[in-house]
Amino acid sequence: MSQMMIQPVKDRLTGWRLFLMSIRGRSYPRIIGMQRDVTWLIFDVLLPVGTVAAYVLIYQAVGAPSDYVGFVVVGGAMMAYWLNVLWGMSSQLYWEKETGNLALYIIAPASMMSILLGMAIGGIFSSSLRALGVIIISSWIFQVSYAVTSFWLLFIVFLLTMAALYGLGMMTSSIFLLLNREAWHIANLAQEPVYLASGFYFPVKSFPFWIAAGASLIPLTLGLDAMRQLVFATGPSVGFLSVQVEILLLLILSIGFIAGAKRMLDYMERLARREGRLTDTRK
Amino acid sequence: MLKSTFMRSFLTSTWLGWQIESNWADPFLFLIYSIVKPLAGAGIIVVMYGVISQGNFDTPLFAYIYIGNAFFQYVAMVMTGVSWAIIDDREHYKTLKYIYTAPVSVPWYLLGRGVSRFIIATFSVIITLVFGAVFLHIPIQISTIDWNLLIVSMVVGVIMLSLIGVLLAGITLLTVKQSFFIGDVVAGVFFLFCGVIFPIELLPPVMQTIGKLLPVTYWIELVRRAMVGSVAEAFPTFTNVSDSQLLLILTGLTILYGIISIVVWIVCDHRAREQGLIDWTSNY
Repeated sequence: MSQMMIQPVKDRLTGWRLFLMSIRGRSYPRIIGMQRDVTWLIFDVLLPVGTVAAYVLIYQAVGAPSDYVGFVVVGGAMMAYWLNVLWGMSSQLYWEKETGNLALYIIAPASMMSILLGMAIGGIFSSSLRALGVIIISSWIFQVSYAVTSFWLLFIVFLLTMAALYGLGMMTSSIFLLLNREAWHIANLAQEPVYLASGFYFPVKSFPFWIAAGASLIPLTLGLDAMRQLVFATGPSVGFLSVQVEILLLLILSIGFIAGAKRMLDYMERLARREGRLTDTRK
Repeated sequence: MLKSTFMRSFLTSTWLGWQIESNWADPFLFLIYSIVKPLAGAGIIVVMYGVISQGNFDTPLFAYIYIGNAFFQYVAMVMTGVSWAIIDDREHYKTLKYIYTAPVSVPWYLLGRGVSRFIIATFSVIITLVFGAVFLHIPIQISTIDWNLLIVSMVVGVIMLSLIGVLLAGITLLTVKQSFFIGDVVAGVFFLFCGVIFPIELLPPVMQTIGKLLPVTYWIELVRRAMVGSVAEAFPTFTNVSDSQLLLILTGLTILYGIISIVVWIVCDHRAREQGLIDWTSNY
């Protein structure tokens, strides 16, 4: 009988240790889940290459310069991150609310910020595998030639883009919690317009300045533009702003979105206590 | 009172699907939602083409690309509409187990859930085509559309897409929530192989053969011919094949894919029951 009883927790973690353990705990299912069910290799890597190839062939049909093929490949790979932010971050807490997990997160002694960070780290890991798969396969099929001017700058741009993008995802996940079933449709609505506005398949410089400037509020717009400038020979000629300016703007967006995420989460927690509405599922 | 289990399942789930898709917002917001999404999708093609052609949209190739892309919205919407119902009911509403125990036909229920997406896709296609005709001078005129060909092609095409949706629904029964966009990604493959936005002659020979084995290739060609015959004739893919021959091929492939879909559904459904996956939630 005593063997069946749950053992009491001996070392109860608090403070930053609890914070780190929560991050690990929430990222774990996303990382380990990829090993348990490998169908994602087909649905998230092989098949998206088909869409990338279709857009590449449009450029080939209209006689575009060869670097445009590379622009599509990089855009197609970065799409994995946007889809993850949209469906795995922004609408995730809404999904958790609908499936009953959100109440457990709120009851647990861990901070919601650590849970969101865990989701983000797990999401970046899984999306990176998908993006890498798309890049490798597409580059091999279409013989994309890269001319990287600075690996350090490329690394910094990528890190800042991820920080700003997932900061945006963490912030919007709180906003989405305020919504009901429309959250799902709004996430759905944000898919194609962002593909268009952020220039996933073409340089964002093709837009008039103020439209491109407005689209730069989505971190992928600046991130993609800077990456293209750094990895393609003709990249700088179609760049929207200089790489240095884009790095600075990405840094500002990262700080702003992460601070916004913390502020929104605090607001949501207050709302949870005051109105008791966070676990209300209106189907 | 409907006595047929099939019809009762289909009609009830059609009503349910429409409620799920549309009653979350007031009609104005729903209208905005229905307009922005398809126009953004078309906008990607327009900007890509415009960047390279310096804004010269008055070519048969652009009309070919634009019309193919507009009608292709049906492919992702209908296939996803049918297959997504599995995830929605299994993991979101957690009602799939009740549907399985209720006296309904599950495949017919899934087909009904796809109808609302078909209605939304129809709205999106019309908006995209009107936008193209008015602002981009795509040569579409109501008086020159071959309505008979368009209607027959649409009926056969939607049946074909729905049956492929059932096949994907069967696969979704055995996969986790990661396969969120199974309909979208399979549509991406059709986007490549089926001559939607470029003539399939641009593909290597092996890929052309694959494209010619897929029914979507013939369906897109038929609707393109029905909308603007001269544009379709400007490209050599099926110039030696008449409309009726194309329709015959499409019907034959629809029957073939329908049989495959039903077999796959039966196998996956059986395996899902055996492995206890009907009320599975993954929650990654």
